[in-house]
Amino acid sequence: MDAFLHQVLSGLATGGIYASLALALVMIYQATHLISFAQGEMAMFSTYLAWSMINAGLPYWAAFIFTVAISFAAGALIERVIIRPVEKAPVLTVVIVIIGLLIMLNSLAGWIYGYTVQPFPSPFPAQPLLANTYLSSHELGAIGVTLVVLALVYAFFRFTPLGLAMRAAAQNPESSRLVGIRVGSMLALGWGLAAAIGAVAGMMVAPIVYLDPNMMSGILLYAFAAAVLGGISNPWGAVLGGFLVGVLENLAGAYVVGTELKLSVALAIIVGVLVIKPNGLFGKPLVSRV
Amino acid sequence: MIALFLVMLCALPFFLPGYRVFQLTLTIIYAIALLGLNLLTGFNGQISLGHGAFYAIGAYVAAILMDRFGAPYWLTIPVAGFVCLGAGFLFGLPALRLEPLYLALATFALGVALPQILKYKHLEHWTGGVQGIVINKPDPPPGLPLSQDQWLYFLALMVAVLMFGLARNLLRGRVGRAIVAIRDHPIAAETMGINTALYKSLTFGVSAMYTGVAGALGAIAVQFVAPDSFSVFLSITFLVGVVIGGLASISGALYGALFIQFIPNIADQISKSAPWAVYGLFLIGFMYLMPWGIAGSVRRGWAGVLSHFKRPPA
Repeated sequence: MDAFLHQVLSGLATGGIYASLALALVMIYQATHLISFAQGEMAMFSTYLAWSMINAGLPYWAAFIFTVAISFAAGALIERVIIRPVEKAPVLTVVIVIIGLLIMLNSLAGWIYGYTVQPFPSPFPAQPLLANTYLSSHELGAIGVTLVVLALVYAFFRFTPLGLAMRAAAQNPESSRLVGIRVGSMLALGWGLAAAIGAVAGMMVAPIVYLDPNMMSGILLYAFAAAVLGGISNPWGAVLGGFLVGVLENLAGAYVVGTELKLSVALAIIVGVLVIKPNGLFGKPLVSRV
Repeated sequence: MIALFLVMLCALPFFLPGYRVFQLTLTIIYAIALLGLNLLTGFNGQISLGHGAFYAIGAYVAAILMDRFGAPYWLTIPVAGFVCLGAGFLFGLPALRLEPLYLALATFALGVALPQILKYKHLEHWTGGVQGIVINKPDPPPGLPLSQDQWLYFLALMVAVLMFGLARNLLRGRVGRAIVAIRDHPIAAETMGINTALYKSLTFGVSAMYTGVAGALGAIAVQFVAPDSFSVFLSITFLVGVVIGGLASISGALYGALFIQFIPNIADQISKSAPWAVYGLFLIGFMYLMPWGIAGSVRRGWAGVLSHFKRPPA
């Protein structure tokens, strides 16, 4: 029973990270109706930025804040410079441009920082908090940070005029433009926010999986699974999906298939959900007009 | 025009060194795979980010048949095709109910998960685990004055001509129009009496078959299969090839194959330290300049030239 509880709880910890990345995916999807395959690599690059700042002697939380700020700016810049010129091209063209971006980021990170695996510091103390035996304090801290990020994002979209404008721009660009919302800026803002959330996810996951240019590919897949499970049109669903996928992955890895086939679990979740409930657990069914 | 092109292709291996011939063989094989993906993505409008998985299945079917059962190499190619037809059809059955976006995700997951499945220890007896399977290079049939590389080239070329011809006929007929109609307007297609579900999963199967045939040829040409050569990067490369070459265009498969075969080499020559960064730049640059792919630009270029000549005299 103890071991089982341990698996569930550490699943929740990794699940929190999937949840934040899934949230970033859903945000870009909501704002632009694109799946950003480069999300994972952007997060990886941000994490390297934080790493070099910490190595340069900055305290952890200062590096954290700088990284989030820089990632936000870089995300908005990427939308402006790289995605905007192909905005009107066919969807697949945009997908290929995003893939180009992914390959470039991966290669640049390998070029600048090398392909050797690096440890990444955790801001939380090494001994378990509150004398519990189930969760390390980093895992507990990661869950906490994820929940804070989620609350902030929720508050931003729910209670600020800017958040409202962003939601409007995503839902109906034409009408939004008519009432004076700058839709283009909103898109850039969406990418920036997603990049910032991704940076947080990267910094939280790096102490667990270690830092290397390919660290995000598996995690991104789980984030996709989470987004699909929760319904890609629903941020809360994506978050809940993230936690669910984390727990499922851990339990299946421990009791059913072993660690070698963990990625196949994600595949099974995605295909299973899509077959049984194509809109995810909490997504709105899509209605099309003839 | 096509005949001239074919004669040129037949003459090429006699003037090029062995390594170039091998590269061209791979290009032809990629072209077959890209044609398959283009049937699905370009003509039927379904995005697949996991066609590397079907390429891998084709390659493994060929390798296992040759390695464990001593099957002759030429027999493995159609068998690999049929296995992939079945696998693609089965995977397409649940996938056909999905929005293009979700299909992309599901196939992406397939592409990521397959190498792990190939390494799985209970399958090791068949797949050779991480080490993979080494197979022998086929000899040219006795009596033909060809080297092994040249024979492989002609084998790939023959299969490619057959497959391209098949695709052309398929797309020109009733079935082809149904496939395109589903892409352009699924609801209208359905009211016209097209069984959308059946056609979609059939297209998925046929597309997987093309890719599987290419995979079998690829395994024979490279003489080696291992899980890590079929990472999700291969699937992404295929999609890149299809879009860069030109969606919904048969000749686009050729341009795309040339791109994915030779641009990485060129990028490597430009920058040894970060070749993939250069590759990414090429990718983005091509898409900026030709948002409709190389075939799209060629078509427009021709149309421009023709209209110039047809302009009525003033």
